[in-house]
Amino acid sequence: MLIRATVLRQPAAHATDAFDAALRRMQDQAGHKAGQNMQIYLPIAEVVVNGLTLVSLGGIVGLMSGLFGVGGGFLITPLLFFIGIPPAIAVATGANQVVASSFSGVLAHVKRKTVDFRMGWVLLAGGLVGSSFGVILFNLLQRIGQVDLVVQLCYVVFLGLIGMMMFQESLRAIRRAKRSGPVQPMRRNQHGWVHRWPLKVKFRASGLYISAIPVLMVGAAVGVLGALMGVGGGFIMVPAMIYLLGMPTKVVIGTSLFQITFLSAYTTLMHAVSSNTVDVMLALLLIVGGVVGAQIGTSLGAKLRAEQLRILLALLVLAVCGKLALDLFLRPEDLYSLTPGIIE
Amino acid sequence: MMLRALALLTALMLAAPVAAQQFPTPPRVAAPPPEQIVAGLSRDDVDITTSFDGSDIIIYGAIKREVPIPPGPLDVIVTVEGPAGPITVRHKERRFGIWVNTGKVSVASAPNFYVVATTRPLAKILDPAEDSRFRISVPLAIRAFAGAAEVDDVVPYTEALVRLREANDLYRLDDGAVLLAEQTLFRADVRLPANLIEGYYATRIFLVRDGKVMNTFRAPIEVRKVGLERWLYRLALEQPFFYGIMSLAIAIAAGWGASAAARQLQRR
Repeated sequence: MLIRATVLRQPAAHATDAFDAALRRMQDQAGHKAGQNMQIYLPIAEVVVNGLTLVSLGGIVGLMSGLFGVGGGFLITPLLFFIGIPPAIAVATGANQVVASSFSGVLAHVKRKTVDFRMGWVLLAGGLVGSSFGVILFNLLQRIGQVDLVVQLCYVVFLGLIGMMMFQESLRAIRRAKRSGPVQPMRRNQHGWVHRWPLKVKFRASGLYISAIPVLMVGAAVGVLGALMGVGGGFIMVPAMIYLLGMPTKVVIGTSLFQITFLSAYTTLMHAVSSNTVDVMLALLLIVGGVVGAQIGTSLGAKLRAEQLRILLALLVLAVCGKLALDLFLRPEDLYSLTPGIIE
Repeated sequence: MMLRALALLTALMLAAPVAAQQFPTPPRVAAPPPEQIVAGLSRDDVDITTSFDGSDIIIYGAIKREVPIPPGPLDVIVTVEGPAGPITVRHKERRFGIWVNTGKVSVASAPNFYVVATTRPLAKILDPAEDSRFRISVPLAIRAFAGAAEVDDVVPYTEALVRLREANDLYRLDDGAVLLAEQTLFRADVRLPANLIEGYYATRIFLVRDGKVMNTFRAPIEVRKVGLERWLYRLALEQPFFYGIMSLAIAIAAGWGASAAARQLQRR
């Protein structure tokens, strides 16, 4: 504007035309800018993302969380990679988001009395030990190199195995239910190895009287895998509770969410302190969508039958597994990739 | 600031040829360059706010002369270079049927942002020797390799770095983006993208004649986070435990709030 006034004093007419064109271009850009005002600059990630995209992303993951009792870490982390959030920030902030959606889900389950608190505490104790061990293992793998590959293979193997197992079992349960009319309670291995160990504890809400040792072991194993894969581990915890511990599906989801809330709070704090990778702005946007999604998911879950719920979760797990397997086997779009910093 | 700079510029441009004719300058110890850049920036600081989505910087100026305009074409090159940092380029290969990272090259210092704007195609106006001396073209912005290279040929890796950054609009060569009028006034519009990081962005202006750099001009642009962005960033780095607790408190409060809201809705 000012430059134009000054330039006008110069005799060159074509020069003023060129400056006018540049001026018009700038004004067009300014008009264009006003149209996309949902863009938000994330202070820690240092990237710009669309706020609405993040809110809906959180909503979808929250829905899964409420419906299936999984924290949704195995969904949110790859989705954040996809929209261009740096991986370290995606993992840490994903954990923070999981805290909110799981907590919201837990409250809904507490109200319906479908949380086995005693079971939750024992699992959590195992989980904290396992998670700490998992972080050590992660750093060890990082020094050897190829940590990415190990994590990716972990995902494919575990998601594949669990998805297949659940899918098969749910199909059998649905077929059985159709044949014999009224739904029969799932036959649990009442006299399996799990039930012969010492240190027996009464888990009233689950209707179980079993040893605390296998519960601690399940918690620890899920903790290790969770830390290694950067997730809360709900998608491993839920089937482990059903098939290994023999808990009724009704209390599994609430108890899993209860355990995940604490475990991911611990992970978030660890990430914030050790690597400054939690982006609270990013977390807030995901949370806004996530908590709403979790409430919808929980009330939707109450209307569905347990077998249907399980078969849906099995399909979801298999879908994510298939996507990750494709990434391993298909030729990547660009063979080269950038990682900030110097990798030893 | 802009107004004053422009007034000064105009005055200089009008006065300089007259002064040169009437009072020939006395010989000095170091002769001033026959043509000198006088330039300004539309802004020398950029604030990153929550709604920050990039910024336009106008780099403008004039060429001050003690002599009549020499014959031959004159060109102007403008570069803006962001803060540099280390980066690793990794290469994937198929091993046992799956794609694995095999080779890697660590670059000790590569700018996170680099744009070159010129009056005409860079290859036509700049001598390659001058290019490597002043490090002007985009591939030359990448400085040094960290440690001994593990791979036989680093070229595909550095090419990939430039290619990937160009795809993200972080590296750019804008041939013809500098407007030059009457071999005296020039102007370049440089768009800073939204995904900037904090730091000083070095602006350089080169005056080129017959492939040789005749004169250079440098000015910094400071990019910094302000307000909430700055507060959160500082808190995350300086008080990480408190920051973590705050993040968790937000998550718990939001989770409880949604649960309470859902209960209210169900009651009605």
